[in-house]
Amino acid sequence: MYSDKVMDHFANPRNVGVLPEADGVGQVGNPVCGDMMTFYIKVKDDRLEDVKFQTFGCGAAIAVSSMVSEMAKGKTLSEAMAITNDLVAEELGGLPKNKMHCSNLGADALHEAIKNFQDKREGRAPRVGVPADAHEHEGGACPYCDSSLEEEDKTFCRACRVEFEECPSCGGITKKGDTKCLHCGKPMKG
Amino acid sequence: MKRVYLDHIAATPLHPEVLEAMRLCLGDVTGNPQSLHAEGRQALDSVEAAREEVAGLVGAQSSEIYFASSGTEANNFAVKGLALGQQARGRHVVISAIEHSSVLNSVKALERQGFTATLVPVDRFGRVDPADVEKALTKETVLVSVMTANSEVGTVQPVAAVAAVCRSRGVLVHTDAVAAAGSIPLDVKALGVDAMSLAGDQFYGPKGSAALFVRKGARILPLIDGGIQEGGRRGGTENVAGIVGMGRAARLAREEMEARIAALVPLRDRLLEELPGRVGHVIVTGSRTERLPHHASFCIEFVEGEAMLLSLDMKGVAVSSGSACTSKALKASHVLLAMGLDHATAQGSLVFSLIQGTSAEDVDYLLDVFPPAIERLRGMSPLYTQYLKERGS
Repeated sequence: MYSDKVMDHFANPRNVGVLPEADGVGQVGNPVCGDMMTFYIKVKDDRLEDVKFQTFGCGAAIAVSSMVSEMAKGKTLSEAMAITNDLVAEELGGLPKNKMHCSNLGADALHEAIKNFQDKREGRAPRVGVPADAHEHEGGACPYCDSSLEEEDKTFCRACRVEFEECPSCGGITKKGDTKCLHCGKPMKG
Repeated sequence: MKRVYLDHIAATPLHPEVLEAMRLCLGDVTGNPQSLHAEGRQALDSVEAAREEVAGLVGAQSSEIYFASSGTEANNFAVKGLALGQQARGRHVVISAIEHSSVLNSVKALERQGFTATLVPVDRFGRVDPADVEKALTKETVLVSVMTANSEVGTVQPVAAVAAVCRSRGVLVHTDAVAAAGSIPLDVKALGVDAMSLAGDQFYGPKGSAALFVRKGARILPLIDGGIQEGGRRGGTENVAGIVGMGRAARLAREEMEARIAALVPLRDRLLEELPGRVGHVIVTGSRTERLPHHASFCIEFVEGEAMLLSLDMKGVAVSSGSACTSKALKASHVLLAMGLDHATAQGSLVFSLIQGTSAEDVDYLLDVFPPAIERLRGMSPLYTQYLKERGS
C-alpha cells in the first residue's frame, strides 16, 4: 500500500520536534480527519534555516511531514511557498489515492508557518487561533468523512448518520449537539 | 524476524486438519453436487456432511443452514431476504448502531426501496439495551438485527433478551454472529433467533466460507437467483472444498472450544490489565465482563491507530485498528463514536485478537515492544506536546 520511501520516512522521520524560539508556527488538520500537523520554522536572511514538525496521524501523514521538512530546509521563503502537496506526494513515490486528501497536508502546514512569520515581521497581528482545519472541504461534503451530501438534505450525512448544525460564527457545519464548532472553535450556541 | 499474529478478527489461520480435509477434497472430489452420477453424489455427500457439522456448531437442523461466500453475503442475504420476505406485513427494520457495514449498508439499500430503519444506541461498553429495542418496535417492524459480538470492541450482546422482546411481538430476529461463532458457545434455540450469520475464517476455516442459519418456516427471499442449490435460496455451484473446510472447522470448534477459551482468556485478561499501565493514557474499549475470549481492545490517547499498526508490524506484531486512517473510507469508527468516544480518542483504536496457539511468550513480546513504539509516536504528536504543556510539565 505504501512505497518504500513512505515507509522509510515513517520509520525514520527527519526533523521531528518543536522549535521553542520559532519565527513562525503553522498548524493544519484536526483529529476528526485523523491527521494534524504543526510546523515550526527558523528564518535567516529570507531562508529557512531550520524546520521542525510534529504530527498526529497515520503513516502517510508522518511521512509527508518528514518529506516536507526535508524539501523545505535551506530554501528561500518563496521557494518554500512553491512546494505543493502534489510535489511532496511525487517525491514520496506516490501516495494511496484515499490518502491524498486528508494526509497530504504537509505543504499547507509549512505555508501556514511562513505566513505566520511574515505576519509577525510585517507587524500584522498574527491571526488569532490558526484555523483548525485549513484544508477546504468542498461545499456539500461531510466534514467528518468527506462523503458528498445529498442535494436535498445538507444537514445529514448518510454515511456517518450524523446530523449537522450550522455554526453561528463561521457558517461551517458541525455535528448537532457538539458544544464547539469543528472549524472555528467558537461555541455553537450563543 | 519473529512474527506474532494477533489479528483473529481479520482472519484466522487454517487449522492443519482443515487444510488436510480441503486438500483431500480438492484432489478427490470431481463432481458437481447437483449431478446425479457417482462423482456428483460424492460431492453432494461432502457438502451435506459439512452442513451437519456447521448446524451442530450452533444447535440448528442441517436443513436450516445455507452456505454463502462470506459473512458479508450472509448478512446481506439475511437482512434483505428476511425484510423483503415480510414486507407485506410492514416495512420497518431495527438494528443496533454498531452493526457491521454489511448490515448497515444492507439496511441503507432497503431504505432506498422504501423501508424505514431505526438504529438503537449502545452504552459506553458497546452494549445494546433490550428495552431500547422494544421501544424502537412499531406495528410496521418486521425485522430486528443485533450482532452477537462486535469485532472492534469485543462486546457480546444480550441477544437472547433482544430476541425474547421481538418474539413476543412477532418480529423476526437476525444476529450477525460472524465475530462470535466458533469462539463462544452459541445455540440458535436457546438464543431464540430466526437467523444467524457465521463465517469459517473466524474459526480456523478457509476464507470464502460462510453460512446463514434460517429457522425453518421463516420466509426469506434469495439474494442470488439461480438454480436449485441450497434449496433454491442461493444459486451457484457450491464451493465444495470451502464448505468441507468450514465443516471440519466447525467440528473442531465444537470439540476444542472449551480448551481454546481456557487457554486464551488468561492471556486476554493479562493484556487488558497490563497493557494500559505500560504506556499510560489508555482506555479499554468494550465490556470487561461480556467480552469475546480472544479479544482485547483499547484506545491509546495522543496517537493514531494506523501509525501504531505499522509500527507494531515493523516489530513483527500483526494487529487491527478501527481508526479512520486504516479504513479505506477514512471514517472514524462508527462503533467507537456510538459508544460516546470523541474523534481524537477513537483515532487511537487498537485491537489485539488472539488465536489458538498464542502463547504467554507472545504476550510478553508484545508488552515489550509496545511501549517504545508508542513513545516514539507520542514524541512526534502535537496532541501529546499540547497535553504536557497544559499539564505544566
